[in-house]
Parts: sequence; C-alpha cells; structure tokens
Amino acid sequence: MGMTITEKILARGSGRGGVRPGENVWVMADILMTHDVCGPGTIGIFRREFGEKAHVFDPERIVLTPDHYIFTKDQKCLRNIDLCRAFAASEKLPYFYDPGTPSYSGVCHVTLPEKGHCRPGEVMFGTDSHTCTHGAFGEFATGIGNTDAAFVMGTGKLLIKVPASRRFVIDGQLPGLVMGKDIILRIIGDLGVDGATYEAMEFCGGTVSALPMSERMTICNMAIEAGAKNGIVAADETTLAYVRQRTSKPFTCFQSDADAEYCATYRYRAEELEPVVALPHSPDLVKPAKACGDLRITRAYIGSCTGGKTEDFIAAARVLKGRKVTVDTFLVPATVEVAEALRSECVGGVPLVDIFRQAGCIEPALPSCAACLGGPEDTFGRCNGPEVCISTTNRNFVGRMGAKTASVILASPLTAAASAITGRVTDPREILPS
Amino acid sequence: MADKIRGKVFVVGDNIDTDQIIPAQYLNLVPTIPDEYEKLGSYALCGLPDSYPRFVPAGQMKTPYAIVIAGRNFGCGSSREHAPVSLGAAGVEAVVAESYARIFFRNAIATGELYPVECATRLCEELKTGDEVELDLTARRLCVVGRRREYETQDLGEAKAVIDHGGLFEFARGTGMMARN
Ligand code: SF4
Repeated sequence: MGMTITEKILARGSGRGGVRPGENVWVMADILMTHDVCGPGTIGIFRREFGEKAHVFDPERIVLTPDHYIFTKDQKCLRNIDLCRAFAASEKLPYFYDPGTPSYSGVCHVTLPEKGHCRPGEVMFGTDSHTCTHGAFGEFATGIGNTDAAFVMGTGKLLIKVPASRRFVIDGQLPGLVMGKDIILRIIGDLGVDGATYEAMEFCGGTVSALPMSERMTICNMAIEAGAKNGIVAADETTLAYVRQRTSKPFTCFQSDADAEYCATYRYRAEELEPVVALPHSPDLVKPAKACGDLRITRAYIGSCTGGKTEDFIAAARVLKGRKVTVDTFLVPATVEVAEALRSECVGGVPLVDIFRQAGCIEPALPSCAACLGGPEDTFGRCNGPEVCISTTNRNFVGRMGAKTASVILASPLTAAASAITGRVTDPREILPS
Repeated sequence: MADKIRGKVFVVGDNIDTDQIIPAQYLNLVPTIPDEYEKLGSYALCGLPDSYPRFVPAGQMKTPYAIVIAGRNFGCGSSREHAPVSLGAAGVEAVVAESYARIFFRNAIATGELYPVECATRLCEELKTGDEVELDLTARRLCVVGRRREYETQDLGEAKAVIDHGGLFEFARGTGMMARN
C-alpha cells in the first residue's frame, strides 16, 4: 500500500519505513516556531519543567517571531515581547526577529518562508493554528499549544497521531479574477468548519500546480478553518525556485504514491469557480460575491498571513488603480519585505503605494498581525464598534477583529478592493474585465 | 484525580471558537504567572454573545459551573492554550461536547486543565444552564440530578491518565518517561 506525502514526511520524521493513519508516532521537529502571544507561556512552561539552567534542544531549529503586539502601548504586551527578547538572548537563538530593530520581519507565517525556514519534506511545529500555511512548501506543518511546544523545546520531539488524508484535485484554467482565497473558501464552504478535523488536506491537480507560492500559502493557511491538522501541496519546480533562493540547507521532496489511500477525494473544475465571500460569523458561510451585492460595508481591511502578501497587494492595486475607495480602507503588509514591495512593485508603471494613496486608502501600517485578531484596543485597524468589515484575513468569528458587535466578511484581495470602491460586497468582475 | 464530577452545567451551542472562550485582548496574560492565570479564569467565555448569561459573575474570579456542555466542534480556531487554561482556572472540571476541534482537545489534555469528554447525544439540546449533573468518568455516563435519564459518554482512553496526573509533563514523570526534577 502506498503512502501520501503527509505519511511519508511523518515516516521520515519518526525514523520509520512507513506509517499509517491513526498510528501514534514520536516525530522529530525540524523547526519550532513561536511568537509573542504564545512564546512567553511556552518559555514559562519550558523553564518550569526543564529547569532554569536547561537549554533548548537546538537553537538553530527555533524561530521566534514577535508579530502580534507591534502597534500597542499595552504594558503586558510589551512585557511579553521583552520576555521573548530575554529568552532569545539567554538561549542565543539565531532566528529572533526583534521588533524595533533591523532584524524585525513581521507576521510569522510570511516571515518563515521569506527567511528560508520552510523546506520540503520537513516537520514544523508552531504555537499558532495557521502554522498549516507552510504545507504549501511540501512539508508537514501544524499548530500546537504551549505545553506541547515546551515539550518540543526541551526534547526536540512530539508524539502525534498520523492524520488520514483528504484529497482535493483541482484541474483546469482558473478564471481571471478568481484567487486562491476563493478556492479555499469554496472548499471550506463545502466541507464545513469541522469537515476535515484531525485530517490532512492535500491539494493537487493542474490548477494548483500552476499557482505561485503565495496562492498555495493562502490555500494551506485556511486548512485549519476546516479543522484540519495540516494542509499540503507537493513540492515542484515552483517550490524549488522559491526555496533555493532562500536557503542552502538540503531537503527532500516527497510525492504521494499512486496507490496512496485517501479518506475522501473531491474534484473541482477551475472554470466553475468564482469570487466568493464568507459571511459573518463563520468561515463556512460561503456565498458567491455577486449574490451579496446588497450587503453594505463600512470598512475594508487588506492584510494578515492570508491576504497581506506582496501578490495580495498587487491584486488589490489592479482594482484600485485610477479609482476611489468610499469606505475606510486599511492596508497592513505582513512583513518588512512586503512593505518594501509596496514601494518597489508597480501596476501599470505606478508604485503600489501611490495607487493606494490616490485611491484614498489609509496609509499602509507597519508590518504586523494588527487587527486580524483584534488585540488590545489601540491596535491599528481594530473594529471598536459595530463595523461591517470586508477583510482578506482568515477568521470571522464573533469578536475576532475587535468588538463583538462588529461583523467580518472574508474575501480575496480583489473582492475586498472592489467592495472598498462601491461600499458594498462586490464581485471584482463588476469593476475589471475578467 | 477525579472520577465523579458533580455540579452545575453551563450550556453552549456548536462551533464555540477560542475567541469566544478567551478573547484576544486577554492573551497578553501569561498562564504560567500565577496571578495572571487566575485573571485568565475570570475572563473565561466572556467572548460569548451577550444573549448568554455570565459565565463568571461580575467581580468574581471563579465560575459557579463545574461542567460546560457544548455541541459540535468546541474550541475551534486558534491554538491558544489560554482557552483550556482559562476554563480550568475558572474552576471548570470537564467539558462534555459532541465533538472538539483538534488543538483544543490536545491542549486540554496536555495542560491537564479539564476533561474533554465526548458524548454522541446532543446534550446541548437536552440540558439547561443551571441543571445539576453528575459526570462519572469511569462508568462513562452523565446523569441529571433528580431525573432518571442517563447519557452515555465516550471513553477518554489514555487521555484520562494524562489529565489525572495533571498534564503531559506530570504524566511523563509519573510513568518514568522523564526524570523527576
Ligand atoms: S495575521 Fe492573523 S491569522 Fe495570521 S498569524 Fe497574525 S493573527 Fe494569526
């Protein structure tokens, strides 16, 4: 019996010839990522359990990326970044992206690939549920809690259950203004928010192979929104071109065997996909954008690990060029590299920042998570009242972006930008020819 | 170590996400710092819509409810361990739900904060907030005090022993997987 990519990586990580879904195996971590929200708790447990004098299993394999508490003056948040800083210094962590210094980067899930920490065939654990993003690089990546992370920090390994794989085969030519975000929202709408609980979601087919890394990341990012343990796309030439530019470390690419076993297979024709939105307050309340034109919005938000990458801003700029927004439009680049691209990348010869300025958007913020998860009240872009926000982020639970009275509508950057122009949910094909 | 948990239940519905269990503005509290742990408890479930009664009464640190009853996919969303920790810190001993989101379930066991029990019956439609119940973890049943009806719950398997010990690390030491410090 063949194995899926996920099974092959977990077999490698546990030093076995093969593994089967449902088996519990001890897996070695290639990378452990933590940030300013869960880092302090993880460090606290690590110290309590392994002792004040203990050291992390391998400083080279730990990546510490403060990214959530960048805007706030909240004293406890700032203390938490200090706790990370002190730990990075005492453990001599080479990969600490320190806020307020030239090494600062921004949102963990965009930082990890940019800085060369994502490599095919590896096992990554992160104290953030969207760690599944990195499956886009053909690796096994999953979110864990502080206690598990502290265990990994001390021992380098974790006992995990091998997930069954659920396969999504997408073939055909994606229509012009349909993005990765529309693909994954459609899938979550079909599966429901617990439709893939405990499972691996494997994305394949010609459409997926034709997608750039940024779009594959958007898709894998939201696997957790269907309850999955990990999302994964097999590494190919596109992956290698991205990864080799950023790391010289060796890695192994795995493919699923032809006779690998899946708990289910879904087939989609790309031509039938269209721009969609997820309505408040659940990522699986998915409707075609064109069917929601009566829904008025009060603000638009383009940012986060899901929708704050360079390619997401290029998409938004295509729509906003030469047009005006009619609602407050917040732009939050995920990382410093993305923030720089806003100045260096152009659409129709005009730099993105100028397009956004001329369209009347609020000046782009510092790279960070910002209002994607609400955060302290002084967080940039936070919904502090009954706003209706169309957002390129990944979650629209009650209170996710701030006030409980706010509503969040999830969309692609193209749809968010089109809606910012009209002030209501708008299919980007209304604005641009597809 | 608990085998029988007796107390009042607090009933919620499906897809109770971690933002409702502990909203993001309280994640600046670090669970390993004792008074911040207590504070996390006082905010447990405060992200629920205002149509729910208060889980932790105003001005108090603990909840009067020992057990939370939920529908499907309890604890979906973020990996924040603050979620099971806040419930445990508030005094919750068990959640009985139709199903759980993966990371919450795992975090509940790893921290040893509470027993995440599954029950095939949709208890969130059978019970009311304030009902007094007895949950027997060994016999695997839940009964409502003063009513005859009993509900079968699912076996926690090895997870029960981990929680009985007080979480992953205590379990590892108690069973000789890790040296005592
Ligand atoms: S951008 Fe949002 S979803 Fe992504 S890591 Fe930050 S808070 Fe989480």
